[in-house]
Amino acid sequence: MNIETRNLSVRLKSREALRELFFEAHPGEVTAVIGPNGAGKTTLLRALAGLVAPSGGVVLLDGVEVGSWEPRARARALAYLPQERTVHWALSARAVVALGRLPYQPAGAGESPADAAAITGALATMRAADLADRPVLAMSGGELARVLVARALAQEPRVLLADEPVAGLDPLHQLTLFQHLVAIAAEGRTVVVALHDLSLAARFCHRILLMHQGRSVATGTPQEVLQPDRLASVYGIDACYRDIDGIPVVLPRAVLP
Amino acid sequence: MRRDAIPPRVLLAGLVAATAAAFLLSLAVGPAGMRLLSMGEAGRLILWEIRLPRAVLGALAGASLGLSGAALQGYLRNPLAEPSLIGVSGGAALGAVLAIHLGLSSWFALALPVGGLVGAGLAMLAVAGLAGLRGGPITLILAGLAVSAIATALISLALNLSRNPFASAEMVFWMMGSLADRSLLQVWIAAPLMLAGIGLLLAVARALDALSLGEDAAASLGVDLGFARFAIIAGTALSVGAATAVTGIIGFVGLLIPHVLRPFVQHRPGLLLPASMLGGAITLLLADTGLRLLQPYSDLRIGVLTALIGAPFFVWLVLKTRAELAP
Repeated sequence: MNIETRNLSVRLKSREALRELFFEAHPGEVTAVIGPNGAGKTTLLRALAGLVAPSGGVVLLDGVEVGSWEPRARARALAYLPQERTVHWALSARAVVALGRLPYQPAGAGESPADAAAITGALATMRAADLADRPVLAMSGGELARVLVARALAQEPRVLLADEPVAGLDPLHQLTLFQHLVAIAAEGRTVVVALHDLSLAARFCHRILLMHQGRSVATGTPQEVLQPDRLASVYGIDACYRDIDGIPVVLPRAVLP
Repeated sequence: MRRDAIPPRVLLAGLVAATAAAFLLSLAVGPAGMRLLSMGEAGRLILWEIRLPRAVLGALAGASLGLSGAALQGYLRNPLAEPSLIGVSGGAALGAVLAIHLGLSSWFALALPVGGLVGAGLAMLAVAGLAGLRGGPITLILAGLAVSAIATALISLALNLSRNPFASAEMVFWMMGSLADRSLLQVWIAAPLMLAGIGLLLAVARALDALSLGEDAAASLGVDLGFARFAIIAGTALSVGAATAVTGIIGFVGLLIPHVLRPFVQHRPGLLLPASMLGGAITLLLADTGLRLLQPYSDLRIGVLTALIGAPFFVWLVLKTRAELAP
């Protein structure tokens, strides 16, 4: 399922958060949205999820304006992982993952066998089956991140939007989480992640959107987008793109004067 | 679900059975005891005109308080929220106090509950207008605090200006809360409103479950947050507003019952709703029945009793929270 924006503008309070933005993400690919703090990455993901209304242009999910989807049908097609990994009550991991099945349950209905299978499957995919009975409030950041991704997977979405999914995680969990995201995309799903880590974007993402001040600066493959002159003008850093044993690495070397 | 957890159906069935038992116990206890079964017409009158209204009110008011407390805690994602937070009980109290102050209640008996209902309704409109039907928990808390503050100020003013010591005493006693001497007519007025509010509040169970993950995640799960906000405000106003209009202020039930029951529902905010509704009904029925057993020796008010039990419980809660937060 494709998700795209055409000439999208979003106004938050008095600020123009997104300006005339064209973006598209395709099944089977991990698409990264990168840019400095305040560039509009989170606003773009929220707009893609239908959580903020455009002030101009459209967001199309499978060719249909995302705002005109019936909310529960949209929730079966698209899952959104917010940046904050907060769970407000001492729920078990399984109860958290089970929330991903709400869009499949008619009002008043309990968990169906299909729901139970999706929950078990999502926990297994994220290698979190052993966490199922543990309360999430007592978990480490890495464990909680896996449980929350499992929640999104239990939705069985065609499109997965994840805002900074690896922020605050140690290198082991960053790597494993991205391997999971790549595997999820390989199943034919569309994965969009907002990211700060340029090396992870270069290594794991098929396409990159570089944003600056609410606008699209460049789109394309990591090699096309992560050019030193662009990084210099957008981030204000001197960065270089290197290849170490076949793994692309973006190294920020210095702050530009 | 943890292996040692009670299955939800078993828990709810147990609470339903306990509510039924508490209701029957409430019908059985009174100065005439079970003798009223052999008292003929007088016994029938006592049962229908005195005990039944009291038991029905106790069950419905307790259910309203427990349920709305659980709903507000779930919606605001704050375990310290309680029904009085959104200003409706303050508004109901103000309405009833004004009915006494202006002498309306000495003209016709129903002025008290009607005044309370009008007060609760106006408070709800004020809160909804101030907080807006969109927006986050903070605006709702602030709007509720503002409306409560205004109600408290005006209640104080009414007490201050009251020249009639009997009226002052009546206001103070009314605010202490009581289920005694309520007529079947008062029940007929309040019960449909309380039931409507209870229905609205029970309808937000899924929204509250989803809100465990925050507002954006809940909305992305297809939950209508606008409806949830409306249902919480209107449901609390209807159920607690109508309950307070008839019984006066009964504190702590809405705060503590969800706390006690939360571990038994594995902290699930949706499942906590029916559990707290039943738990609130059981608590108020038993408290009121207990008071009737004390009756010959003391005239303790139910609002005072719930405060006397609730406040130390709250202290325990603080100590427990402190221990949990300790490094």
